[in-house]
Amino acid sequence: MFIFTWFNDQILRMEWLYNLIKVLVEKVFGLSMNSKIGGSLHFFMYDVIKIFILLSILIFFISYIQSFFPPERTRKILGRFNGFTANVLGALLGTLTPFCSCSSIPLFIGFTNAGIPIGVTFSFLISSPLVDLASVILLASIFNWKISIAYVLVGLILAVIGGTIISKAKLEEYVEPFVYGSMMQEADQEELTVRERLIYSREQVATIVKRVWLYVLIGVGIGAAIHNWIPENVITALLGQDKWYSVLLATIVAIPMYADIFGTLPIAEALVLKGVGIGTALAFMMGVIALSLPSMVMLKKVVKTKLLVIFAGLVATGIIIIGYIFNIFGGLLI
Amino acid sequence: MIIKILGSGCKNCTALLDNTKTALKELGKEAEIVKVEDFKEIMAYGVMTTPALVIDEKVVSSGKVLKTQEISGIISGL
Repeated sequence: MFIFTWFNDQILRMEWLYNLIKVLVEKVFGLSMNSKIGGSLHFFMYDVIKIFILLSILIFFISYIQSFFPPERTRKILGRFNGFTANVLGALLGTLTPFCSCSSIPLFIGFTNAGIPIGVTFSFLISSPLVDLASVILLASIFNWKISIAYVLVGLILAVIGGTIISKAKLEEYVEPFVYGSMMQEADQEELTVRERLIYSREQVATIVKRVWLYVLIGVGIGAAIHNWIPENVITALLGQDKWYSVLLATIVAIPMYADIFGTLPIAEALVLKGVGIGTALAFMMGVIALSLPSMVMLKKVVKTKLLVIFAGLVATGIIIIGYIFNIFGGLLI
Repeated sequence: MIIKILGSGCKNCTALLDNTKTALKELGKEAEIVKVEDFKEIMAYGVMTTPALVIDEKVVSSGKVLKTQEISGIISGL
C-alpha cells in the first residue's frame, strides 16, 4: 500500500514538482502563494510541466500498444462481429487505434465499405477522442483513480449506446451514396519489428506534442485565470452544483469549442477547485473533446445533415445525462 | 515516375509534399508530383489514414509524414 501511495503522490501527482515550483514562486520570485499573481503563476508552471512530462511518457508507451492496432487490423476485427458485441468492440478499439480526426473520413469510408454497420463505426468515432488511454492516467493524476475509472466506463457506455441507437434506427440511407460506391482495395499489411515500433512511438510523441502544445498552454492559461482571477461567486452563480442548469450550460458552451483532452483537463481542474460540480466539469470536458465544429464539418462530407444532427444530439444528450449523474453521485468519488 | 500525395489538404499533406520535393531535388531526379484530394480517389488506393504516398500507383506509406531522408531511401530503393 505504501508503495502505491508513494507512486500515486510522487510519480502521478508529482508532489515534488508542486513543492519545487512553490519554492520557486515564493523564494525566487518573492510572491506569496495566496496572492493572485503567485497563485496563478504556480498553477500555470506546475500544470504545464506536469502535463508535458506525463504526456511525453504516456504517449510513448501508448503508441507502442497502438502500433498493434492499425485501422486496417481494427477493421478486420470489427468485420467478424455483429450486433451489440460489435458496438462494444468498436468502442474498445476506438481507444486503442491510433487515429487523428483528420483521418475520420477515409476511416469512415474504409469501415463502411468493409460492411461494418455505421452504428459500429459511430461507436468507434465517439469513444476514440473521448476515451484516450492517456486521459485515464491524466485524470488519475489531476483528480483521482475513482474518477478516472468512472470516466472511462461512462465514456465507453456512451459510445456503445450512441452507436447502438444509430444501428437500430437504420440510418444507412443518410450516408452519402459515394461512400458505398468507392472502390477499395485491400492494402497488404506488414508486421512491424520491435525496433520499428519503438521508432514509431518516438515519432508519435514528437507529432502529438507538436499538435497539442498550444492547446495545453491555452488550456492551462484559462485554468490559471479561473483559479485565481475570476471571483468564485461568479463561477458558482453560473456553474454551481446547486444550479440545475449548470451541466446544460457547460455542455452547450463546450460543443463548438475544439481542443483535445490535454488542453481541456486543466480547465476542468480549475473549475472543480472553484467549487463547480465534478459532473459539470466533466460534461464541459467531454463536450469540447467529443463534439466540435471542425469534426462536424469533416463528417458532413460523408453523411447527410439528418444523421449528423442525430449523432450530435445523441452525444450531447449522453454527456448531459453523465454530467448530472456525476454531480449526484460525485460525492462518492472524491 | 509519378508520385501521388493522398490527403485532403491538411497540414500534414503539405508537409509530406514539401519533403517529397526536397527528396527529389537532393537525388537529382525528375518526377511528376500529383496531389490527390478527392476522397473517392484516395479510397481507391485502400488507405485509411492520410497523408499517404503513392509511387507509380503503389502505396508506399500511409498515415505519416515521411522525412526527406526516408523518401529518398524509398525512391532510391525502387
